[in-house]
Amino acid sequence: MSTTAVPDVAVAAVNEGFWTRTRKVGLVLVALGLLATVLFGALATGEQARFTLSEDAAGAALEVNGTVGAIVFGLITLAAGAAMLAGLPKRWFIPVLAVGLVAFVFSFLCWQVSAAPTGQNFMPLVNIVRGTFLLALPLIFGSLAGVLCERSGVVNVAIEGQLLMGAFSGALFGSISGSVWVGLIAAAIGGSFISLLLAVFSIRYLVDQVVMGIVLNLLAVGITGFLYERLMQTDAARYNSAPRFSNWEIPLLSEIPVLGPALFRGNIFLYLALLLVLVIHIALFRTRWGLRTRSVGEHPTAADTLGVKVLGLRYRNVIMAGAVAGIGGASYTLALFSFTKNMIGGKGFIALAALIFGRWSPTGALLAALFFGFADQLATYLGAINSVIPGQFLAMLPYLATILAVAGLVGRVRAPAADGKPYIKG
Amino acid sequence: MEPGEIHALLGENGAGKSTLMNVLYGLYQPDEGEILIDGKPLKLRGPSDAIAAGIGMVHQHFMLVPVFTVTENIMLGAEQVRGGIAGFLDRRRARREVAEVSERYNLQVDPDAVIEDLPVGVQQRVEIVKALTRDVDLLILDEPTAVLTPQETEELLAVMRSLKAAGKSIVFITHKLGEVKAIADRITVIRRGKTVGTASPEASRDELAALMVGRTVRLTVDKTPATPGQPVLEVSGLVVDDDRQVRAVDGVDLTVRAGEVLGVAGVQGNGQTELIESIMGLRPVLAGTVALDGQRIDGWSTKKVLRAGVGYVPEDRSVDGLVKEFTVAENLVLDIYDRPPFGRGLSLRPDEIDRSAAERIEQFDVRTSSADAPVGTLSGGNQQKVIVARELSRPLKLFIAAQPTRGVDVGSIEFIHSRVIHERDIGTAVLVVSSELDEVIGLADRIAVMYRGRIIGVVGPDTPREEIGLLMAGIIPDAPGGSPDDGTAPTATTDPDVAATTDADVASDAGTPATTARNVTATTDGVVSADRPGSEDEKDR
Repeated sequence: MSTTAVPDVAVAAVNEGFWTRTRKVGLVLVALGLLATVLFGALATGEQARFTLSEDAAGAALEVNGTVGAIVFGLITLAAGAAMLAGLPKRWFIPVLAVGLVAFVFSFLCWQVSAAPTGQNFMPLVNIVRGTFLLALPLIFGSLAGVLCERSGVVNVAIEGQLLMGAFSGALFGSISGSVWVGLIAAAIGGSFISLLLAVFSIRYLVDQVVMGIVLNLLAVGITGFLYERLMQTDAARYNSAPRFSNWEIPLLSEIPVLGPALFRGNIFLYLALLLVLVIHIALFRTRWGLRTRSVGEHPTAADTLGVKVLGLRYRNVIMAGAVAGIGGASYTLALFSFTKNMIGGKGFIALAALIFGRWSPTGALLAALFFGFADQLATYLGAINSVIPGQFLAMLPYLATILAVAGLVGRVRAPAADGKPYIKG
Repeated sequence: MEPGEIHALLGENGAGKSTLMNVLYGLYQPDEGEILIDGKPLKLRGPSDAIAAGIGMVHQHFMLVPVFTVTENIMLGAEQVRGGIAGFLDRRRARREVAEVSERYNLQVDPDAVIEDLPVGVQQRVEIVKALTRDVDLLILDEPTAVLTPQETEELLAVMRSLKAAGKSIVFITHKLGEVKAIADRITVIRRGKTVGTASPEASRDELAALMVGRTVRLTVDKTPATPGQPVLEVSGLVVDDDRQVRAVDGVDLTVRAGEVLGVAGVQGNGQTELIESIMGLRPVLAGTVALDGQRIDGWSTKKVLRAGVGYVPEDRSVDGLVKEFTVAENLVLDIYDRPPFGRGLSLRPDEIDRSAAERIEQFDVRTSSADAPVGTLSGGNQQKVIVARELSRPLKLFIAAQPTRGVDVGSIEFIHSRVIHERDIGTAVLVVSSELDEVIGLADRIAVMYRGRIIGVVGPDTPREEIGLLMAGIIPDAPGGSPDDGTAPTATTDPDVAATTDADVASDAGTPATTARNVTATTDGVVSADRPGSEDEKDR
């Protein structure tokens, strides 16, 4: 067909111009690098900053003069940013970004550690790593629960409730039976119970999934709070004194410096979390179940026309997610503390942020959870050495990072296309 | 259907073609009737049953996961797995299979490409590969050319020929006559959910067009000859894209004068919707101008256009015309709720709204239990009357009605038509768009026929239906060089899509209006009698 007489209609060409994403991020890194070199360098003292490879001041340590360290690491960040500005090939983007950010953190630490009161200017790396994992643990379980749910198209805002219910039923049935294993299974069932409600109402009755998630969180707080007061507080010895999993030392691996004592002398929940990340990652991207789950989360109608049972798969995944989160809740009550009212305290929502920050992938969620855990741990550490930086400021950082990530500054964050949309046949 | 046959299913939009095929693919359940395969009745509980029975379907909207690779999309639902219960995907084998099928039928599909990066034509071939790897014998293509460029259409037709050569049967759903004539072995025409005829591809285009458009309830509209005055709406060189950024209106010139009804006829999807929406300010004008009483209104907001004295009955009343949960009274003031006497400052004046509603309900014969009933509880005809009442309650310069009587009962149709004519008689310029040819003929003082985004001809209302039908199919009868596409189309046989305008034998068909007309009259008469029982139920959808 001819195209006569149609006046020229210019289609806006997609032209990124000079300011590609790499260059924009590079600019940010340069700013951070300058900040680190100038500010941290100036504030750091000439004291040695010691990063000990143990749990205390003793033993082998990485040492550096505070001022020198702050400036050198700052310059590394600056160089990473400059490389990006100069037009870095795409495949180098992530590694260079990682180097730049880690160097920035170390520059900051050189300042902080060297400026700490005399006798306290050391940072025990083992404690920091162990603390990071410990604080990240519920986040890892929670965000894995999110991955399972949302990859199949059901938004899981109820992670908080699933964690809480898991913690509660783990404590209750662990105490009654006196067995950690019974407690663990009960925790999984408790989490699944909240999930089942989410599944039925959002899949069968098409209730808005976000609203349903919030309601379930409140329900979980209500049920566990009520039973806590009626049962656990009146007879704590019987109902709230669950046995705890002891730490298992893994031969050989536990001898690795820093990582060994931090990671391989932990309890079952730590190992379980890392194993689950691996298993879910492989299952999601390499198995039939994974392919179908992802298709149902992206384009359920297409899956349906190929004979995939959309609703059944969603039910299964949502309930499995609840079990995973439930075990995460038990990582408190069957390893660390006894149950207290509302003891999850918002970790479920942080797990949700980790899920988004980790771009709906199990490994991404792990990294995001560790990042959040690290920031949390660092805040505690800075509090201990009386830093000038308020711990609250650091505690705030992860969420700022999440907002930036969701806003797309750190790359495109894209949820599964059918996430949150109920599937109605026909 | 026979093996190795290409069977075209021809019909207007909403005729029931896609519904029929979705039943055949197991997506919808039939209310009655049965499907026979190899003489045996077949019960389909879902698409997997259909696939097992050797039926594959390429949907109008592709069923592909955009973020998956070609191989992943093709594997889905029929995965080859290893490792027992773990079910590890055997990607290598699937990949090989995709490459093999792609090779065998010359489909040129890259197994590792990600769907969202592929052009539409290639995505469609992925769909075809998907069906072929499932060993289907019968392939249903639902409006496959609707989204394709002419070149891609050409390639698709070639693919269909090679599938046919391999012994596969194909059901080809379309409303494009050129393609049907180029490829089909047999043609079934469907209208309003009924088979109205079968034809061979040798049938002339106008016979097919007549069968397709057919004749529905014959409605006569009483009217006196128009007394057109000054031009009110002047559209010139208008270019508009549809939602997919494909050119929908391609240089339209149109004038509507005060006191006349201009009817726009055409097979649906030829740019009518986009034309009206761009006049109303609902869709950006890419080029050209729209003027009302000599003042340019393109680029104006819809509210401003309405306030300038334009009344608008949208094509889809449930989506664009009414707020179904609101009451009849509220819907009647949706356009002027913020103006006196209905609104004052920040508040509404319910008494005024109710009073006016009672008046309108009376005047426009809206059958409702009360003015406070949610408008969604009314019948389609009465809902439409609410819209018409609302739009005609303001002093208008121009009244635009898109599909004013779609899905409306006969009584309401007559009423709405009489109101349209009344509006014309008091000197308003009226623009009516309808895919019901009878409606256009009945109402219009002049008829503009739209084809592929252009006005292909403007004729009087006493023009024979057959001639208008030809125009709707893109054929200009004895037009001396007036074809909109002339000159550029290659020879007729290789370009079935636009063959229309340059096709020599079609031109000779059209060149002998006497015989053509007689044939078609016979055909349509037959259709009318066949169709009559069905047309009594007024529900269109």
